[in-house]
Amino acid sequence: MNYLDTTFQALGTAVVASPAILLAILGLAALVNWQLSEATISRLTQAAVLFSLLPAIGILVIMLATGIRYVPIELGNWVSIPEQEFHFHLKFVFDRLSIPFLMLSCVLCGVVGAFTRRYLHREEGYRRFFLYYAVFFCGMVLSSLAGTIEALFVGWELVGLSSALLVAYFHERVNPVRNGQRVWSIYRLSDAAFLIAALMMHHLSGEGDFGGLMSSGVWPEGTAAISSTEALWVGSLLLVAAAGKSALFPFSGWLPRAMEGPTPSSAIFYGALSVHLGAFLLLRLSPILDASLTLQLMVIALGVVSAACGAVMSRVQNDIKVSLAYASLTQVGIIVVEIGLGLRYLALIHIIGHACMRTMQLLRAPTLLRDYNELENKIGTRLPHQAWAGAASLPASVQRWCYRFGYDRGFMDLALDKWIVRPFLQTFGWFDRLERRITDSISHEPSRESDRVEPHPEDLQNVA
Amino acid sequence: MPELHFPWIEVSILVPLFGALWIHLLGNRESVLQHAIAICGVTLALTVGELVDFVSIGSFEAHDHWLFLDWLFQRDIFVVDELSAFQLPLAALIFLVTVMSTLRTKAPRFSLKLTLISESLVLATFSCRSSWTLIALLIAATIPPYLELRSRQRCTRIYVLHMAVFALLLVVGFAWLSHSDGSSTQALIAGALLTAAALLRSGIFPLHLWMTDLFEKATFGTAILFTTPLVGAYAVMRLVLPMAPSWALQSIAVLSLVTAVYGGAMALVQREARRMFCYLLLSQSSLVLVGLELVTPIGLTGALCMWLSVGLSLTGFGITLRCIEARISRVSLVDYHGLARQMPMLSGFFLLTGLASIGFPATVGFVGMELLIEGAVDVYPLVGTMVVIAAALCGITVLMAYFRVFTGHHNRTLVPMHARPAERVAVLILTLLILGGGLVPQPGVASRYHAAEALTRQRQTNPMTEQQVGELEIETVAIGKHSAE
Repeated sequence: MNYLDTTFQALGTAVVASPAILLAILGLAALVNWQLSEATISRLTQAAVLFSLLPAIGILVIMLATGIRYVPIELGNWVSIPEQEFHFHLKFVFDRLSIPFLMLSCVLCGVVGAFTRRYLHREEGYRRFFLYYAVFFCGMVLSSLAGTIEALFVGWELVGLSSALLVAYFHERVNPVRNGQRVWSIYRLSDAAFLIAALMMHHLSGEGDFGGLMSSGVWPEGTAAISSTEALWVGSLLLVAAAGKSALFPFSGWLPRAMEGPTPSSAIFYGALSVHLGAFLLLRLSPILDASLTLQLMVIALGVVSAACGAVMSRVQNDIKVSLAYASLTQVGIIVVEIGLGLRYLALIHIIGHACMRTMQLLRAPTLLRDYNELENKIGTRLPHQAWAGAASLPASVQRWCYRFGYDRGFMDLALDKWIVRPFLQTFGWFDRLERRITDSISHEPSRESDRVEPHPEDLQNVA
Repeated sequence: MPELHFPWIEVSILVPLFGALWIHLLGNRESVLQHAIAICGVTLALTVGELVDFVSIGSFEAHDHWLFLDWLFQRDIFVVDELSAFQLPLAALIFLVTVMSTLRTKAPRFSLKLTLISESLVLATFSCRSSWTLIALLIAATIPPYLELRSRQRCTRIYVLHMAVFALLLVVGFAWLSHSDGSSTQALIAGALLTAAALLRSGIFPLHLWMTDLFEKATFGTAILFTTPLVGAYAVMRLVLPMAPSWALQSIAVLSLVTAVYGGAMALVQREARRMFCYLLLSQSSLVLVGLELVTPIGLTGALCMWLSVGLSLTGFGITLRCIEARISRVSLVDYHGLARQMPMLSGFFLLTGLASIGFPATVGFVGMELLIEGAVDVYPLVGTMVVIAAALCGITVLMAYFRVFTGHHNRTLVPMHARPAERVAVLILTLLILGGGLVPQPGVASRYHAAEALTRQRQTNPMTEQQVGELEIETVAIGKHSAE
């Protein structure tokens, strides 16, 4: 290994290790109930972001100076069974896709970390927020740099868990918790699709390394090492995974629900990074999209529908964060269209620009509302609101329908509840009742003590 | 056969047995719980010593240095091998943490004497290779829960019915096998009876009702101890796997798969925590069986890793629920209880163990789940897909349970809700193992792979399965070639 390789290895390891160390410290502190002060947590977070960002900049500078476009960082096998050719390879890749996404993650995490220090000052869940934030940061770094499909899945899972827990951050209220559960449910289904796609790719190509999947060239010039039909199957599963993670149609229902979390988490997760992770996945595996025209058309169609729905829904919301969330969906839809059209650099630039802008908008949203309030109080009337000029040209019935469609958030949650959740509950509720009938008849008496559980046993004053 | 340097196996079986006698002599003294914890601790230390000794020998199997019971049994009755070497400390740990997490106020309801007898029987079962003794131990292990149900004056009909059928199938099946001349029809019927027995004990759908009934009527601790060591899976490994034809294993795999998805879905619709836990355990333990019946080294390795993971994580999950139940009575999942502020440590542990049980990254279950799915996809792609769906359903259930128990409006209580020192120690031990096994999985995986290889070889050398294994291998190679093309 020459001097340059050693430098790359050291810097790359620092990029990955920094968020992992932050997570270990905050996780250990939570486990042993070690009460770190707010200032310490904040400093640790900022240091972790900095020690991840600076080595990444160092790698970028060296790559630009030397003209190297692809830097793999090998950390060896995490698990290996050589006889069966099974290995879980810890490989991270710095290339034209991962470096911008990594830097974006670091910068936005840094900004939001600094903002949160004041926003959640003396909040009871301050430590909890930063623990979840560390899980998220770690997940984003792993996802951005993953050189194998398995490593990408690990990062993807960490991001999903932290997002769901942060939506439910305000524990005392039921709504955020219910919404966190909804987010998690959608994520689990999309994760299942991703895992099946990953295993299928592993099965087809014999390895999970992206280098093996894209048989020639580094991003964005790879060619898929699988046939068109296989690409269609795998790509369809990846599309479901990306749709779930990026709240594309028909999974958009979780996005406004995610706004129940603290504003900084809304800004960073659902406005900027997490919501782009599906698009990042499609970008990373874009050679697979190129292998099938049908798949490309599916991607474009999904993007168009999501963008259109997002545009309609964002205009009629009565909550600024929800409105911004749907505006994000519009942009993500357009980014997906760009990916489907093969405009990869444009999509990447669009992600970066949109993520930065949306973070700032969401962070500014609460103070903007206060400013508007003050302004309206001072002028004694509402500020003039200009309607979209194009709306007037539509027939009244279409306008009404669009309004209803947008206001009811595209009926997506209703449809999921009606067509998936309710039949599921009815089917397994029926099995549950059947089991009870069988056990009752064998026992010749009511066989379920659990039926007598009070719905509110937390009334503990009387418990001995 | 190589010998251990100390009679670890027999001493570890006898210590809880004599411990039960000691507890009986102590009567209802206040210190009885501490004594039980000490006995379980010594037993765990002995099983760990056995594991260390066995690893240092470097053999596939070994028996005790000198046998106390040589005059009573034949020499090779208690043998430790690569399969059981890890199961023994795991089983001892499950008993230790369950006893440790028993509140003193609840000790009179949870029979420590029967628990120690059960521990002795479970350790003897996991150490036993002789088929008739194994069958006797499997049947004997069903008695302590029955005695508890009787003492609690609960209806035992469902439990007795299932366990009686289990015992009958085992005895008839093995007697038939012993007296058959090895002709295919007779051996097949005997194998089918043994398979049905093993499936019944594992709680495979639709023979799982005894499990939900046990969780309803027995103490939570007893139900956890009777189900989480996965004795049914061990019966499959010892009695069914070496002789069952491939089609029989495929049938078990399909049933296990149905159970995994059914259990995951049923867990999601439950309104009470014990039942939810029961179905979650059913789903995850069925995944272990799915892997066992793939009979490929990767699938078997995944199943054996999952076995350890399920034992550790679901025991942790179960004892956390039990700790909560001990304080607020049965836990409804209809409403939000808001317990996070009062029990922060248990809330974190609940989430950790729950996530570990579904194979979340950086926990002990992750690599096992990956290997299992990888093995399943290699043989039957649809099986891999169903495993992923079952895991997804269980994942949704785990977070749902976490939210229901720990979030919501906080209520002030008169009851101390924080974790007691013994509970804290139990939690920390399991946390270290769950995270340690997740972050440094290679040693565990390598050892499980050796065990899987040995089991595959054992199946290949068995005249009843030799031909089918050969056919399966040819078929797998053909599938592989077809995929490559």
